[in-house]
Amino acid sequence: MEGTAVRGRLTWQTATVGAVIDETSKVRTLSLDVPDWRGHQAGQHLDIALTAEDGYRAERSYSIASAPGEPVAITVERLDDGEVSPYLTQDVQIGDEIEVRGPIGGYFIWDPPVSGDGPLLLAAGGSGVVPLRAILRHRGLVGSSVPVHLLYSVRSQAEVIYRSELDHLNQEADGVKVIYTLTRQQPPGWTGYARRVDQQMMAEVAWPVASGPLAYVCGPTNFVEAVASDLVALGYPPLRVKTERFGATGTP
Amino acid sequence: MSPISRGFHRRHEEAEPAGRVPPGQYVTHDFPVLSAGPTPHTQLTDWTFSIEGGQSPVSWTWQEFQSLPTETVTVDIHCVTRWSKLDTRWKGVSLDVLLGAVSYTAPYVLAFCDGGYTTNLPVADLLGGKAWVAYSYDGSALPAEHGGPARLLVPHLYFWKSAKWVRGLRLRDTNAPGFWEMYGYHMYGDPWKEQRYAGD
Amino acid sequence: MDALEDGVLDGNAIGGMLIEVFGAEMTTAVGICGVCGTRGQVAEMPVYQARMGAVVRCRVCDNVLMVFVEVRGITCVDLSGLASLS
Repeated sequence: MEGTAVRGRLTWQTATVGAVIDETSKVRTLSLDVPDWRGHQAGQHLDIALTAEDGYRAERSYSIASAPGEPVAITVERLDDGEVSPYLTQDVQIGDEIEVRGPIGGYFIWDPPVSGDGPLLLAAGGSGVVPLRAILRHRGLVGSSVPVHLLYSVRSQAEVIYRSELDHLNQEADGVKVIYTLTRQQPPGWTGYARRVDQQMMAEVAWPVASGPLAYVCGPTNFVEAVASDLVALGYPPLRVKTERFGATGTP
Repeated sequence: MSPISRGFHRRHEEAEPAGRVPPGQYVTHDFPVLSAGPTPHTQLTDWTFSIEGGQSPVSWTWQEFQSLPTETVTVDIHCVTRWSKLDTRWKGVSLDVLLGAVSYTAPYVLAFCDGGYTTNLPVADLLGGKAWVAYSYDGSALPAEHGGPARLLVPHLYFWKSAKWVRGLRLRDTNAPGFWEMYGYHMYGDPWKEQRYAGD
Repeated sequence: MDALEDGVLDGNAIGGMLIEVFGAEMTTAVGICGVCGTRGQVAEMPVYQARMGAVVRCRVCDNVLMVFVEVRGITCVDLSGLASLS
């Protein structure tokens, strides 16, 4: 069985918020201090739990935004009618405590010794970029030269998460190309894609099947379904297309 | 002991007139879609509503259903996942009319639906102006994601009892658990007594 | 088959709960549908209504493969829709 073997049961651990980075007007990254963190792999997620003074408890799942070896971080998108995301993106302060359980997930993982060196096609819909960014950071830290295309579908430039990091990767020309499609609003002079992903766009962005690519697709369910079926139609073996569907909430 | 997350609290209950929001609920202005399976898309030409288990089975086609007496009602609905939505407007046929067409003695029903969903109710909770088979929501045809062409509407119980895509009722002498009830949800489901799970 | 609505997730979303229930990582486990015989990894199975409980269905025939409902800290598990899970 591929993937991480978890020894024993997962338990909830107390994490302290160590740092807070506002990525966009609605998205924040929280870096967490977890004393007994067992380490994680790129693509995994964790569950968090918040307990209120009256004992009320809420649980959610968030993809881990950092690479193996880096402090555990999650990136949270604020939903206006949310219960947990407004707290995490607006109220939480350095030093606050939350509970975490993880790392979780043996399927949606990129680990070069196991995953091989086929070129990577990463496809992100909105906040689906979070686990893919962990994959990109891991690639950088281990010095992998696997070629990567990241297709990032997002409504507007203002909503791009990790924008300076991704633009830097594009400029470095170290084998990573980030292709945006801005589906609702484009800046003046924009010459890139300006529509929802479709078969034509996938054909232009995806690695040829003959090169043995591996695809990771993450985002809202409709996005994932569309991209995955386009890739299979292009000849990608289904086993080489890994999918992770987030709800409309943006969390897995 | 779980650490308290400073400043975290459940969604606030809006200040509503007393008695409108059951315990543990919050008011939403959205209409969340929760389904146990994919949305069926039954053609109206194939749709029927049946009542089985009475003296003889009774069934209406969509055409026949549309010519039954209908009511427009405004009710509050309460989901076991804690959201409540106030003043929702529906149009449909009262279960008093539908059950009035059947001769029966059974005290319980199992509602059955396209897609296989079921839920159980006492007949008494369907009568006396408390329940409808609704096909219009907020002035328009009930959307498929919210149970269209027609759903059960039983607002005095948690909303999982208001079965989406309902196709009929099976009258029964015993109270057989439906889909969620089999897995531990309450057999009756009174939101005012917070009867969410068996044993509550 | 229609494209799944946005509210439907997949087995990744219940990964933590599966570890609690089975004591092991399960998203890479392969299930066989008891109705149509389709084989699939749990991570790729459609998961409905994860708030009332998780209903895991066959991607091809919609048969209910697994249901998980947590009541007062205990998870009720029904795997009867699967022919096997390994």
